[in-house]
Amino acid sequence: MTIKKLDGKIPDGPVDQKWNQHRFNMKLINPSNKRKFKVIVVGTGLAGASAAATLAELGYQVDAFCISDSPRRAHSIAAQGGINAAKNYPNDGDSVWRLFYDTVKGGDFRAREANVYRLAQVSNSIIDQCVAQGVPFAREYGGTLSNRSFGGAQVSRTFYARGQTGQQLLLGAYSAMMKEVHKNRIKVFTRREMVELVVIDGKARGIIARNIITGELEKHSADAVLLCTGGYGNVFFLSTNAMASNSSAAWKAYKKGAYFGNPCFTQIHPTCIPVHGENQSKLTLMSESLRNDGRVWVPKAQGDKRPPNEIPDDERDYYLERVYPSFGNLAPRDVSSRQAKYAVDQGRGVGKSGYAVYLDFRDAIKRDGQKAIADRYGNLFDMYQQITAENPYEVPMRIYPAVHYTMGGLWVDYNLMSSVPGLFVLGEANFSDHGANRLGASALMQGLADGYFVIPYTLGNYFATEKPEKTPVTTEHPEFEQALKSSASRFEQLFAVNGKRSVDSFHKELGHIMWEYVGMARDEEGLKKAIGLIQNLRKEFWKDVRVTGSDVGVNLELEKANRVADFIELGELMARDALERKESCGGHFRVESQTEDNEALRDDENFCHVAAWEFQSVDTAPLRHIEELKFENVHLSQRSYK
Amino acid sequence: MSDGNMNLKLKVWRQKNTKDAGQMVDYSLEGVSPDMSFLEMMDMLNEKLVNEGQDSIAFDHDCREGICGMCSMMINGQAHGPKDLTTTCQLHMRSFKDGDTVVVEPWRARAFPVMKDLMVDRSAFDQIIAAGGFVNVNTGNAPDGNAIPISKENADLAMDAAACIGCAACVASCKNASAMLFVSAKISQLALLPQGEVEGEERVRSMVSKMDELGFGNCTNEAECEASCPKGISISNIARMNRQYFTSAIKAK
Ligand SMILES: Cc1cc2nc3c(=O)[nH]c(=O)nc-3n(C[C@H](O)[C@H](O)[C@H](O)COP(=O)(O)OP(=O)(O)OC[C@H]3O[C@@H](n4cnc5c(N)ncnc54)[C@H](O)[C@@H]3O)c2cc1C
Ligand code: FES
Repeated sequence: MTIKKLDGKIPDGPVDQKWNQHRFNMKLINPSNKRKFKVIVVGTGLAGASAAATLAELGYQVDAFCISDSPRRAHSIAAQGGINAAKNYPNDGDSVWRLFYDTVKGGDFRAREANVYRLAQVSNSIIDQCVAQGVPFAREYGGTLSNRSFGGAQVSRTFYARGQTGQQLLLGAYSAMMKEVHKNRIKVFTRREMVELVVIDGKARGIIARNIITGELEKHSADAVLLCTGGYGNVFFLSTNAMASNSSAAWKAYKKGAYFGNPCFTQIHPTCIPVHGENQSKLTLMSESLRNDGRVWVPKAQGDKRPPNEIPDDERDYYLERVYPSFGNLAPRDVSSRQAKYAVDQGRGVGKSGYAVYLDFRDAIKRDGQKAIADRYGNLFDMYQQITAENPYEVPMRIYPAVHYTMGGLWVDYNLMSSVPGLFVLGEANFSDHGANRLGASALMQGLADGYFVIPYTLGNYFATEKPEKTPVTTEHPEFEQALKSSASRFEQLFAVNGKRSVDSFHKELGHIMWEYVGMARDEEGLKKAIGLIQNLRKEFWKDVRVTGSDVGVNLELEKANRVADFIELGELMARDALERKESCGGHFRVESQTEDNEALRDDENFCHVAAWEFQSVDTAPLRHIEELKFENVHLSQRSYK
Repeated sequence: MSDGNMNLKLKVWRQKNTKDAGQMVDYSLEGVSPDMSFLEMMDMLNEKLVNEGQDSIAFDHDCREGICGMCSMMINGQAHGPKDLTTTCQLHMRSFKDGDTVVVEPWRARAFPVMKDLMVDRSAFDQIIAAGGFVNVNTGNAPDGNAIPISKENADLAMDAAACIGCAACVASCKNASAMLFVSAKISQLALLPQGEVEGEERVRSMVSKMDELGFGNCTNEAECEASCPKGISISNIARMNRQYFTSAIKAK
C-alpha cells in the first residue's frame, strides 16, 4: 500500500499575490465559445445557486439540480447569524490579512493557507454583489451597512439580515439564478436526486438523477460536473441540518474515485435546544450570541433534581467561568461543548432527560432589566418558548450541544477540482477552507466565494486546458447505460430486502453509535468499537430493512433508505479517519492527546496534513493519502483560552 | 396514556398521484407527546404505517425551523394550523388535546396540483420569480456595498417584505387562490431599494401578467392571506404593488 502525497496545486508566489497571479495565468475561453460547454450543477444552496447564476451569466449552458421543490429552498436558508467580510467598515482594525489569520488559527492549522487567503480576499466582493442584488442587510441610521461581532471575533466583521441572513443570501442567489432561467441559460431540475456520477475516460461527464415524483432514473451529460450538495451532519441522525441534507452525492463520487478529505472533522455547536424524546427528528440551534449574557451552569451535586430557581448560588457550578476565567461563557464552540458533555457524564445534567445544562439570564436581567434583554434576544426567547413551552425570562434555558457542520468533505485542489478530473466540489461539500474547526459566519462566505468568484475562473481554465468539447459524449454512451443499470439495481435491492425494520430505526441506531464514539470526545477503544458496530449495522440493514410502497411515484421511504445506506458507510469512514488521526485539533478531540489542562493537543510533527481517503471496496479498508500543509505566514501555535 | 401523552384521531388526505381522485383516510395514533412537533407526530404515524407494511404519507418538509417554506399542510381547515405566525413544522402537539380529531389536507389551488398525498407542485411561484423577481446585475459588476446609502427605514421595510418564505399559505387560504401577497412581497422588497427600483415598472408588469397567466385568482380584499401568513407579511404590500402597477400601466400606454 503506497501512500500518495497529494498536490494541492497551490500557485507559487507570496500568499497575498497567489490568486491574482493565478487568475492571470489561467487560460480563458472565448466568449462566443462558452455556450458550447455544458455544466451540471448539483445542489442549489448558496454554493450551487451562486455558481449556476455566475456561469450562466458568462455564457455556459447550465443544468441545475436540487432535491427540494424549488431552488429557493435549501439547507443554507436556515443560517441565522451572518456572513463575514473584511470590509473594515467599523474601522476597528480588520483587514484581509486579519480575516485570513483568524480563519487559519480558528481552523487549528489544518487548512491550506493559500485557500484561506483567497477566501478573505474575495469576501468583500461578496457583500457588494449581494447588496447589488437587493439583499436587505441591516443598516445604520446613516444608511450604511451594519456590522456585529460574532463567534468570539475581536472585530465586528459580520454582516446580517435580522436573524435570517442565510435566507436572504440564498434568495439573492436564487433570484440571480432565475434571471438566467428567464434568459434560457439555466435549466432547473427540481425534485431530482443525483444517484450516480458518470465517469468516462477518467473524466466526470454526467450524472444519473432520480426523479422524486415519478421514480424514474434519468441520464444527464455535460462537460463538467459541480457538486454543491452540502454537508453530512445528518450521519448523526440528530443535527441542526435540514432533513434532506445528505451525503449521497458526495459518497457516489467517492466511490467513483474522488478522495474524501478529513471526514472526521465535524463541528458540534454548544447552544442547541435539547432532545425531548425518541421521536425527536432534528435539533434547533439557538444563536451563539446568547452566551454574551447567559451564564452556563449545572448543579454541583450529582442528580440534583430541584427546580433551578431553588438551587442556591453556592450549590451551582458555573463551570465555564470556573475553568476558563478569562473567556468564561464565551469559550469557543468545541471547548464549551465538551465541558457540557463532561458535566452530563458526571451525572450533573439537568432537565427530564439529564442531557442538558442551564443557560441562565437571571443575572443579566437583574443587571440590565428585562427590556434590554428582550431587545437583544426577544426573538430567540420566543423561539425557545415556542419549542419548549418554558419561559426563559423566568427559568433558565436548557441547552445541549448538537452536530452542526462538517468541515470534512470531498478533497479538492486549489482550483476546487476533486481527484476526478472534471468533478468540482463547492461549499460545505468540499473539505477546503475551515481546517479542523469553522468560525461562525464563515460558511456562508465560503459557499458564495466558491460559487461567485472562484469557480468561474478555474472552470474556464479546465475547459481551455482539457478541451472536453473535442471528445463530445451523449447519454447514449455505454457508461451512462451501465451507471443507470447499477442505480436501478440498487433501488431494486432496497425493496428486495423486505425485512422488518424501518429505515429510521437504522438511522437512529447509527446516530447513537456516532454520537457515543465519534462525537465530542474520541478514543482508540471507542473508535474501534464503533467501526465494528457500524459494519454490523450495515449488514443488518441489507438483511432487515423494510421499504414500503413502490418504486413508481413518490416514495419517501425509498429516498431515505438510499441515503441512510450511504450514511452508514460514511459513518465507518469517519470513525476510521478519527482513529488514524491520533492528535486532537479543532473539533476533533482525541482523549489520548490533551494538555495537562484537558485542552486539545495538536501533534504537528505527525499530523500537519490533510487525510484524503481513497475508496477500495465496501469490504476493503480504504487508502489514506495525505496532503502536507505548510504554514509560512501564520505560525503554528497552540490555542489557549484560559 | 402517561406523562400527559395523547391519543388522536387523524383524517388524512391520501392521493396516489396527480390523476388519482384521492380520499380522506382515518388513522388513530396513541402516545403522542405534547412536546412533539406536528411533523414529528406525522413521522410517528408514518413509522407506524411502515411497520404495518403500508405506504407512508408523503408530505413536504426540510428545515423544520419555519424558514424554508417547504412544509405545507391544511390542519383543521387552517393553513399551517391553529397558531398565528407559525408554520406547520413549528406547531407543537401541545396545541391539541387528548381525544382530538385532526384533519390534515394539502394546499388546494388550481395552480398547485397535488403530486401525492399532502405534497403539491408550487413551481408556479418559481415561474413568477423568473418573470422578473430579480435585479439584472451580473456577478462582478457591483459597486461598494456602502456606495449607495439606504435609509434604515426602507431597509427595514424591505426586510419585512423579504421575510416571505414562499410557502404559499396565502394562496391556500384565499378563496380566490390569489397569489397577490406573495408577488407583492417580492415587488415591494425590490421597489424599496434603490438597486431594484430601476427596473421596478417593468418588473411589476411582467410578474403580474405571469401570475394571471398561471391561473391564480384575483384579490378581493378578504385579507385571509395576511391572517394565515406564518411570517406576518402585510397586505400593505399589495397596495404598494397596485400603485406601482397602475403607474407603470399608464406609462406603458
Ligand atoms: C442552523 C444553522 C445555522 C447556520 N448559521 C450560519 C451562519 O450564521 N453563518 C454561516 O456562515 N454559516 C452558518 N451555517 C452553516 C451554513 O448554513 C452552511 O454550511 C451552508 O449554507 C452550506 O451551503 P451549501 O450551498 O454548501 O449547501 P446546502 O445549502 O446544504 O445545499 C445543498 C444543496 O444540494 C442539494 N442536494 C443535496 N444532495 C443532492 C443530490 N443527491 N442530488 C441533487 N441535489 C442534492 C440540496 O437540495 C441543496 O440544494 C449554519 C448552519 C445551520 C445548520
Ligand atoms: S419545514 Fe421549513 S418551514 Fe417548515
